[in-house]
Amino acid sequence: MTTATISPAPQQAAPRRSSLRWLIADVAVLARRVLARIAREPETLMDVTIQPLIFVLLFAYVFGGAIPLPGGGNYHEYLIGGMLAMGLAMTAPGTAVALVTDMSTGLIDRFRSLPMSRSAVLAGRTIADLVTQVIGAVVVAGVGLAIGWRIHTSVAEAAAAFGLALLFGYAFTWVGASLGMVLRSPEAAQQMGFVLFLPLTFISNAFVPTQGMPGWLQAIANWNPMSALAAAARELFGNPNPAASVQAWPMQHPELAVVAWSVALLAIFAPLAVHLYRRKAG
Amino acid sequence: MGGIPAIETERLTKSFGSTQALSGLDLTVPQGGILGLLGPNGAGKTTAVRVLATLVRPDSGHARVLGADVVRQAADVRQRIGLTGQYAALDDYLTGRANLVMIGRLSRLSRAEARRRADELLARFDLTQAAGRAVKTYSGGMRRRLDLAASLIGHPQVLFLDEPTTGLDPNSRAVMWEIIRELAAEGTTLLLTTQYLDEADQLASQIAVIDAGRVVAEGTPDQLKAKVGEDRIAVQLVPGSDLAAAAAVVRGQTTGPVEADPEQLLVTAQMPARDGVTTDVVRALDTAGIRVTDVTLRRSSLDDVFMILTGHRAAPETAASGDAGRQAATEQGGAAA
Repeated sequence: MTTATISPAPQQAAPRRSSLRWLIADVAVLARRVLARIAREPETLMDVTIQPLIFVLLFAYVFGGAIPLPGGGNYHEYLIGGMLAMGLAMTAPGTAVALVTDMSTGLIDRFRSLPMSRSAVLAGRTIADLVTQVIGAVVVAGVGLAIGWRIHTSVAEAAAAFGLALLFGYAFTWVGASLGMVLRSPEAAQQMGFVLFLPLTFISNAFVPTQGMPGWLQAIANWNPMSALAAAARELFGNPNPAASVQAWPMQHPELAVVAWSVALLAIFAPLAVHLYRRKAG
Repeated sequence: MGGIPAIETERLTKSFGSTQALSGLDLTVPQGGILGLLGPNGAGKTTAVRVLATLVRPDSGHARVLGADVVRQAADVRQRIGLTGQYAALDDYLTGRANLVMIGRLSRLSRAEARRRADELLARFDLTQAAGRAVKTYSGGMRRRLDLAASLIGHPQVLFLDEPTTGLDPNSRAVMWEIIRELAAEGTTLLLTTQYLDEADQLASQIAVIDAGRVVAEGTPDQLKAKVGEDRIAVQLVPGSDLAAAAAVVRGQTTGPVEADPEQLLVTAQMPARDGVTTDVVRALDTAGIRVTDVTLRRSSLDDVFMILTGHRAAPETAASGDAGRQAATEQGGAAA
């Protein structure tokens, strides 16, 4: 053990900054932590890289041929809008798992004993997860281009499609964050992700047009935010969008529906996650 | 500043559901030195630390750290404390250095200062070699040292160590002890919880024994031993000696009960804990012409103190007790030992 000299404690107070600037600084430190881990272990990105790749190949080449599109059109082009929606939804369990893990290792307790911004822990995590979603979206688009998906509209419309997807994806990470505050083990969070988010994606028009579903299921699927997101992306990319002929309101106004869903999810789950986080303080 | 206690709690209570973790905890710790908070699993040690570190709000009572209230002035408290919990609270996937820099930045150090301080602490705790490796490759002892380094990065005046050596091998434990002593020598006030009696005995300048959420005894290790106080003497007589006479001589040296065992020719007695007791007994026996083969005095240990104060033995030092500790911590002290 080296008994090196230890500098005396600096007596001056921390530089004065507004609490918002501290929040931003702390969020940046915590987001960088998540990104540093990705840089060290890129395989942690499997759920936004390999997983979508597998689903795209499965649906494009295994199931796709058996799925007729009402109104016609290329299934490969149809698929990518849905895949984008699924890719984003599937990162939410990751948010939950990461928070539960940090809680069980005591890291969050350590954060809470530091003079840092109280809201930075959740904000840092969700913003870092937004970055992984961007990576996921790029992977889906890349795989899409490889199997024949094309954007037939303007750059602005394509950007709007990705923007909507990420807005919804970010709102959805707060659902994951809330789950992370409730669940006790990373394993439970992982399984909850599967149980909750897989049906959410499949009972939608993400992979299969809703027209072929039984009537009661069609109603659920047409109001599922995943359907709105997939339909909005298809419309904005100029891809086949059979949902345009569905009379449900979200299918007639998919972009508006995605914004509404995102705002609603943020309005409910962001305060809920923060509340649950605070309540951990006993 | 010098007069303000480092830690002060008044009638602190906290319950989790039906479990009363703290039931009127009163503690005063002056600045400087090491307070050992000694108690069995579920005694409320961890809850006490969590309240003081602003992680848990007390139900009633007050707690102050360097004069700042842990509830109303929590931000001030957090500026001045460091916390090392029972399990290394680190990011396994970051390097040791990245962990320290992160905690430093979140402790309001500038980027340059955080890096400088991280390197300084890595060198101090013998972790420079491993600084660039992911923490998940560290041994248990290295993790604890890094965890302790993390809690020191913001120059805390008061440091909370919750069972800092639970589950460590004897070597790593000795290293931790050395670091803890150095920190105290530099003027940091330390509050250390432990269920290991020898640890409290070795490190603490003051000990508070807690059981069922309140302090049942406090003082220096020696004061506590003296309080329970009585050492035991055993006098072995040579064959043919007068047992009754020997017992009478020993009785003359103590106010405690004296037992004479005719089969083993052994006189045992509780003696007051003071220096020179053995010499006095031997001299008195010699004066009375009683010959002995052996006189042994067993000083009371903190173990006895603990037993007498709490009515149960301290937890054995096994890995299992560490697991039980983790359980209790996760359940927030819910599972009483």
